[in-house]
Amino acid sequence: MQLFTLVVGLSLATALWSGVQAVNAEARASYDAAAETLGEGQFAQITSPTGEIAQNDYVRLRRAGWLVSPLVQGRLDGVLVIGLDPLTSPNGMGGPDLGEDGFAIETFMDGAVFGQQATLDRFTAENVTEIVFPNVATGLLLTDIGTAQRLLGREDIIDRLIVAPDQPITQQPLQDVAPNLALREPQSGSDVARLTDSFHLNLTAFGLLSFAVGIFIVHGAIGLAFEQRRPMIRTLRALGFPLRRLMILIAAELLMISLISGAIGVGLGYVVAAALLPDVAATLTGLYGASVSGTLQLRPEWWLSGLAIAVGGTGLASAASLWKLSRMPLLTSAQPRAWGMQAVAARYWQAGLAAGLLLVALVLGVVGGGLIAGFAMLATLLVGAALALPVILDRVLAVGAKRAKSVMAQWFWADTRQQLPGLSLALMALLLAMAANVGVSTMVSSFRMTFTGFLDQRLASEFYVYANDADQAERLAAYLEPRVDQVLPIQFTTQDVKGMPSDIYGPAPHSTYRDNWVFLQSTPDAWAQIETAQGAAINEQLARRMEIEIGDEITLAGKAFPVLGIYGDYGNPIGQVIVTETAFATLFPDVRPERFGLRMDPADVPALAQNLRDAFGLAEDNMVDQAGIKAFSLAVFDRTFTVTGALNVLTLAVAGFAILMSLLTLATMRLPQLAPVWAQGVTRARLGHLEVIRAVLLALLTAALALPLGLALAWTLLAVVNVEAFGWRLPMFLFPLDYIRLAAFAVAAAVLAALWPARKLGRTKPAELLKVFSNER
Amino acid sequence: MLLRVTDLVKTYPAPDGILPILQGINMTLEKGETLALTGESGSGKSTLLHLVGGLDQPDSGSVELEGQDIGGLDDAGRAAVRRDKVGVVFQQFNLIPSLSVAANIEFQARLSGRENAEWTQDLAARMGLSDQLSKYPEQLSGGQQQRVAIARTLAARPTLILADEPTGNLDEATADTVLELMLSLAAETEAAMLMVTHSERLAARMSRRMHLRSGRIA
Repeated sequence: MQLFTLVVGLSLATALWSGVQAVNAEARASYDAAAETLGEGQFAQITSPTGEIAQNDYVRLRRAGWLVSPLVQGRLDGVLVIGLDPLTSPNGMGGPDLGEDGFAIETFMDGAVFGQQATLDRFTAENVTEIVFPNVATGLLLTDIGTAQRLLGREDIIDRLIVAPDQPITQQPLQDVAPNLALREPQSGSDVARLTDSFHLNLTAFGLLSFAVGIFIVHGAIGLAFEQRRPMIRTLRALGFPLRRLMILIAAELLMISLISGAIGVGLGYVVAAALLPDVAATLTGLYGASVSGTLQLRPEWWLSGLAIAVGGTGLASAASLWKLSRMPLLTSAQPRAWGMQAVAARYWQAGLAAGLLLVALVLGVVGGGLIAGFAMLATLLVGAALALPVILDRVLAVGAKRAKSVMAQWFWADTRQQLPGLSLALMALLLAMAANVGVSTMVSSFRMTFTGFLDQRLASEFYVYANDADQAERLAAYLEPRVDQVLPIQFTTQDVKGMPSDIYGPAPHSTYRDNWVFLQSTPDAWAQIETAQGAAINEQLARRMEIEIGDEITLAGKAFPVLGIYGDYGNPIGQVIVTETAFATLFPDVRPERFGLRMDPADVPALAQNLRDAFGLAEDNMVDQAGIKAFSLAVFDRTFTVTGALNVLTLAVAGFAILMSLLTLATMRLPQLAPVWAQGVTRARLGHLEVIRAVLLALLTAALALPLGLALAWTLLAVVNVEAFGWRLPMFLFPLDYIRLAAFAVAAAVLAALWPARKLGRTKPAELLKVFSNER
Repeated sequence: MLLRVTDLVKTYPAPDGILPILQGINMTLEKGETLALTGESGSGKSTLLHLVGGLDQPDSGSVELEGQDIGGLDDAGRAAVRRDKVGVVFQQFNLIPSLSVAANIEFQARLSGRENAEWTQDLAARMGLSDQLSKYPEQLSGGQQQRVAIARTLAARPTLILADEPTGNLDEATADTVLELMLSLAAETEAAMLMVTHSERLAARMSRRMHLRSGRIA
């Protein structure tokens, strides 16, 4: 039974951990492949504040000695089309290595597009040679720059210039050749990777918690196995078997079991990851525009880490038992003392340690700063609460026993209290699993609510139109003016604000912004002052990262603006500044709006879209319907919940398994406690029923403690970790119905776990019970 | 007649077939009578005690307690017999470890609805347990635990006391004291007592004795 518990517990723990790691590794590999293709991370880039570089600027730079290569990109049929110049692109840029991969460079330059089969299937452009090439990142198509410009309708336009790492020393400074362009150093990690970090952090945290829950099972199983072996170990030692050799043999046995369990766990993890990956891929694509392969590869980084964590976890779980074994006096009692009444002194120590850890968590929450302090707070909070659980339950059960009226109730409370040491590890696992569920679901749901409100703010206009160029934008504005309630030009540029890359927006004064954009902090009447060019509003990320407060000044194109408002801007990795339209036009006279938000009757949107298609030939990508994008975003969120929900269920299932194993183990060990009660006139069936009620009671009490712990966890994630990791703080909302459902789920898991041992007890043959009393037969 | 055992047979499965434990036992016990059950290890003494106390079911034959055949009762019926009519004292004491001494003494009496605080206190005092009532079994010596087990049995005022080597774990002097208490209290409550023992000395203190050999009355 112990071996089974150990192997299953460790396999499940490893499965959840390596499953999540496999998903993360697959997603990161996809980002890295995309970043490599785009030249991010390896090469410096030259960009323009307007987002487009003229062909002439490129030619001037080449003549001035700059070894740069042009790149254009754009979406077509939902596929990212990348155009490169194979003759000038530096070595190491992603995509087919034309020489080595067996393709002549002419094939590339003749207009063929390279991509994965799944990507090519979505691509509907005609008169293009398609070549299946698995090495290109998921969701990307690679082609010659001329072909890309033609396909995207962007002739003579370049998005970026990739700068070769080795440049001639004779080159002229960029400011002299093209003062309108900016040099950006290689990014460490792609934008997408940074943007999705929060999502992966959540998954990793869940994987780690699942693993912790599994390790509780392993710890319990190893502890019990050692307890049961005490007589045998004492006998061996008494016969002269060296302690050192005994320890080595036990450690080798554990290593073998952990490797076998780890291998099973990695296999199960592959199944978990394969099941989760399609939803994760859909979520990441929908939420962040990140393309992730929907198929899983056996990557060494996750299966090796799965094996390593299985071995490490077993070592951690067995360290205390091995230490105790090494210190056990030869003549100590050989009677297994497992699951006995816990020593009062040990309980006090545990209570003291728990109180100390919770105090540290509190202090870190109040005065701590930084991501490490945030994680330290999470760790001390969870470990402290887990240690406090048996102590708190013991006190609650003692009060219950004291207040019980009937003799069976009195025995039930007292007996439940006596079972606590044996069940405490499983209950700690349940506490952590439930707290993680409450915490993460509160965070995700709060994020959902905030995001919905955020979409309302940002997508206040009923319809959005993107022009293909500035000239078309002017004609579009003139066309739209009489046909809608209000045309809101969207113009922006990018520059560093106090050292942080930021987008500067210049919206026109309108109630759309005043009514929908809610400030987290602001001066009184901030909008009125911003609209009269007396100041600026900035996003939370910029405020927190650069420690800018209300009233501080920021400089935009040489002009100082006081910060009058700070607004939430969830999911954006860079800074953002809002100044009014007139101020923007003064600061950036060359930037002209190419996007428009349209306030209009939503019912008129389809007709207007058709008119725009007819009059301007606008593609679907150039028009965004507010209702459609909101529905899409919420659908993406619901898929996110599918992933979170699946992990919730798996973690709880592991905790349920822990309870089942503990109850089954206890059932065989506690016959001596139950037999006298049975002998005095209580039926086996009633004892069995009471076992189920006991499991329900303990699950409910654990749930009652898991709720405040989970909320504290959610608060820490939202108000500490999120702020430190990503620069924004999400408001916290409560979801009582979700918590009630979770408690019901935990109770159901406990009942399911208790049913088998209870049924077993109810059917125990009298002869088995009588063995407790018999000295002979 | 308090107890009548007729043609009682009990076997247990064994690796090499069926192991006969009791092979047609017939016996009776009157109210207030004390009977010592002796025999070698494996002769079936404890098994007979368990069948008489409704703790196990015979393969055949009958056990009538106050005219009721308890062998034919279902699990709940046999539990009621144990609760209301029988008190068992085991060699290993088998107290309930999660309950205090006081709660252990009261347990069966409260289960059967016959609790009497005055009687319980009197029992505890006569057993020398008045100062130990708030303690837990693990805090008591073996002799003290056995006295708690006896007090628990007598507190419920059973009509039949079954004792399986009740002094087997005690030294001679303590064993004598414990048995003396049991006998006097049984007499006071007019309970009959069936005691399994290996000790000739203790068997001699009972009103009657019966010797078992290989599952039969010798």
